[in-house]
Amino acid sequence: MEEGFAVRETYRFTVNGVDREVHSEDDTPLLTVLRNDLGLTAAKFGCGLGLCGACLVLIDGHPTSACDTPVWAAAGRSLVTAEGLGGPDDPHSLQRAFLTEQAAQCGYCISGVLISAAALLRTDPAPDEEAVAAALDRNLCRCGAHGRMVRAVLRAAADGGDPQ
Amino acid sequence: MIDRVAAPRATLPKDLAANPRLATWVGFERDRVLVRVGKVELGQGILTALAQIAAAELGLRPDRVLMVAADTASSPDEGITAGSMSVPESGAALRQVCAEVRWLLVRAAARTAGCDPTELSVADGVIRDGGGRYLSTYWKLAAEISLDVEATGEPIPAATGTAPAADLPRLDLPDKVFGRPRFLHDLVLPGMVHGRVVRPTRRAARLVEIAGEPLRAVSGVLATVRDGSFLGVVAQREDSVERAAAALGGAAVWRGGVELPDEDDLTSYLRAAPSEATVVRARDGADDRPAGPPMFGHSAAYSRPFLAHASIAPSCGIARWDPDGGGLTVWSHTQGVFPLRAAIAQATSLPLDAVRVRHVEGAGCYGHNAADDAAFDAVLLARALPGQPVRVQWSRRDELGQAPFGPAMAAQVSAGLDGDGRVVEWTYDVWSNGHASRPGYAGSPGLLAAAHLERAFDLPAAVDPPPQRGGGTSRNALPAYGFPRQRITAHRVLTMPIRTSALRSLGAFMNVFAIESFMDELAMLTGHDPVAYRLAHLTDERARAVVAQAARAASWDDTVTGEGRGRGIAFARYKDRGAYCAVVAEVEAVQEVRVRRLVVVVDVGRVINFDGVRNQIEGGAIQATSWTVKERVRFDRTAVTSTDWESYPILRFSEVPRVEVHVLNRPDAPSLGAGEAAQGPVAAAIANALFAAIGVRVRDLPLTAERVIAAMDA
Repeated sequence: MEEGFAVRETYRFTVNGVDREVHSEDDTPLLTVLRNDLGLTAAKFGCGLGLCGACLVLIDGHPTSACDTPVWAAAGRSLVTAEGLGGPDDPHSLQRAFLTEQAAQCGYCISGVLISAAALLRTDPAPDEEAVAAALDRNLCRCGAHGRMVRAVLRAAADGGDPQ
Repeated sequence: MIDRVAAPRATLPKDLAANPRLATWVGFERDRVLVRVGKVELGQGILTALAQIAAAELGLRPDRVLMVAADTASSPDEGITAGSMSVPESGAALRQVCAEVRWLLVRAAARTAGCDPTELSVADGVIRDGGGRYLSTYWKLAAEISLDVEATGEPIPAATGTAPAADLPRLDLPDKVFGRPRFLHDLVLPGMVHGRVVRPTRRAARLVEIAGEPLRAVSGVLATVRDGSFLGVVAQREDSVERAAAALGGAAVWRGGVELPDEDDLTSYLRAAPSEATVVRARDGADDRPAGPPMFGHSAAYSRPFLAHASIAPSCGIARWDPDGGGLTVWSHTQGVFPLRAAIAQATSLPLDAVRVRHVEGAGCYGHNAADDAAFDAVLLARALPGQPVRVQWSRRDELGQAPFGPAMAAQVSAGLDGDGRVVEWTYDVWSNGHASRPGYAGSPGLLAAAHLERAFDLPAAVDPPPQRGGGTSRNALPAYGFPRQRITAHRVLTMPIRTSALRSLGAFMNVFAIESFMDELAMLTGHDPVAYRLAHLTDERARAVVAQAARAASWDDTVTGEGRGRGIAFARYKDRGAYCAVVAEVEAVQEVRVRRLVVVVDVGRVINFDGVRNQIEGGAIQATSWTVKERVRFDRTAVTSTDWESYPILRFSEVPRVEVHVLNRPDAPSLGAGEAAQGPVAAAIANALFAAIGVRVRDLPLTAERVIAAMDA
């Protein structure tokens, strides 16, 4: 169905190393574009206010809330979602470690946690427990899997951290 | 080898008695076995635990077992997934079903081979005779036998030949770690469009009018739906529907609504409101030990605020009406597909068999949240667009402001002690709104939107589950200690200005907090060590074991050093008949109450999956820590005001305690369920540690700096 008279622009950016082009209203949240237009469902909607971390993606390497970032602000930038960290055949050390440590309960917050952790390991490849907790502090987890996730990040760091 | 023979049963396990056909539970397909259960994955890992049971009883590699999500069209009806009953109920049923199915197949192989079935072994579905010769496989034999028979409940010889998997890893985790679609929120159906519901902030306010033409400038709107005070909108795209809902919300004019109680004096409100009293226990003396009159007494009052589920995902629902008006399919992260189906049928006047509810995972569920409400929202909006699936996702604001809350509670406890400081009289009163307003309660569909329709189905005051399901207000109101004279009364409040329902552990969180805080007070008053004082009143050996083990593991006898640091202990047996749990907490109270360490010892009977139990206990302990030190639903006299993560903060990574879980395995005892055992003991252990740290008894949750100061001034 046509969208009537809305002004829709074309925006281009790189997602997980692939050039993408989307047509969208300029204030549409980046999260909506990633999930609904590009079919990348790792980043989740949690609060819409950038307060819970479920929707974090890397924009030019910085963990950024996709729920309150308008799509225009991502134009021309390089984005990485949790899908872009690795897959079953080439898992990121963090993904391997999260599976080894069984570091989740419901897992809704995992994608955002992985993004925060990936950003941490790029700047601090050998963090201690306190540094990991600080890096994940903007990610909320309601199930109480915090301890497991911190252990998983420490394990990933010990296993070589950021493969890139 | 599985070293167990299914125990003789006079009757079938409860869920099997209700769904006795074997084919309802198990089916064979290519080289897999489909296992259908009525329990649902809520983020607790239950389908993994049940897959492990099925694989062990069938004698299969776990990866052969395919767990099918609950679906009213094909699954056994196991009611709701709640109350830590999934392993005890579904596990018991599945164990018997899978043993009987294996035995049918083994006997079929034995008949063909002309040998004794007890001599045969099964390894990953391959059946061999006593000499190790191949006879057949499950998948070949499946065509020769019928599973369209009822379970007999007869004891089945144990499987031989297949080693049971220890701690099967979570089946759902790879999808979640690699960001693949797994949640209902990720589900995209052909032709799916997006809906949103606009609600008043005041409960039971009526929609008077919609001012102007708010949707004139919003593109992509497909339908607006108004039915009484229910107002919703559907659009092609999700961003369009968000804009449309914001515009509609700004233009909707509401009138009336209920007045809310004073959030700073909930105890007075609860004790003054009309209520229904139930004497849970009235005991005039112990059989074995005559008790004299008390020498002195002590009493205290405790409270907890309303608590939000605060799941990390807002609730979501998808619904599609048949284009010919025949029926309805709903996708939901509900706790019970069958009760939701019945509620939707009631609210829509459809026959039961015209409604199909399919479970798809949502984010972590800790009780009756807005999952059912969101599903019904989708039903109402989808009716406007037959044939098209409509997806509704709640806002964070609605999730924290409109979903049912765990009720506020108040307790008054008093004890009379003999000359040795032992309790001889114990009186306990607890006041609370009911803990159950799930779909179908009190004759109501229990769906938020149904209360707003022109033909409205009201939301009556929440009820309590019956005692045989552990009660609600009275859950764990009975002390585990052998006090000679006891009078325990639960008062269920009969008005409900703030919507309440089940939150993990129901009344147990508050009742254990009150009882175990008070036990600590009595120990202090009488100059006893809190561990020794509890042990002196406990006779159940399993209870004594977890308390003693917690004290040992936490080095209870070592002195705590450091400014503002202290250690406290608490114990409970969940629902008086579930898991035993003792917790030692270490806190540091300088600027605020920080919980540094929790040592948790549990006895959940026979353990199915050790890591699953540890994960549930760890998670429960951290969540209970969050409830205890931070959480409180805020409201003024008209509406809930704590509707984002700043006004309803939960525990963050930098604030979580180190949690050490010790699981005492009792392979010969029935499995008791682990999901809720830690909630109450954690709260009391923290409060007791706070007292040990700073000498202040804080009896009103949460244990914030504000409450500590108020308690100092009291």
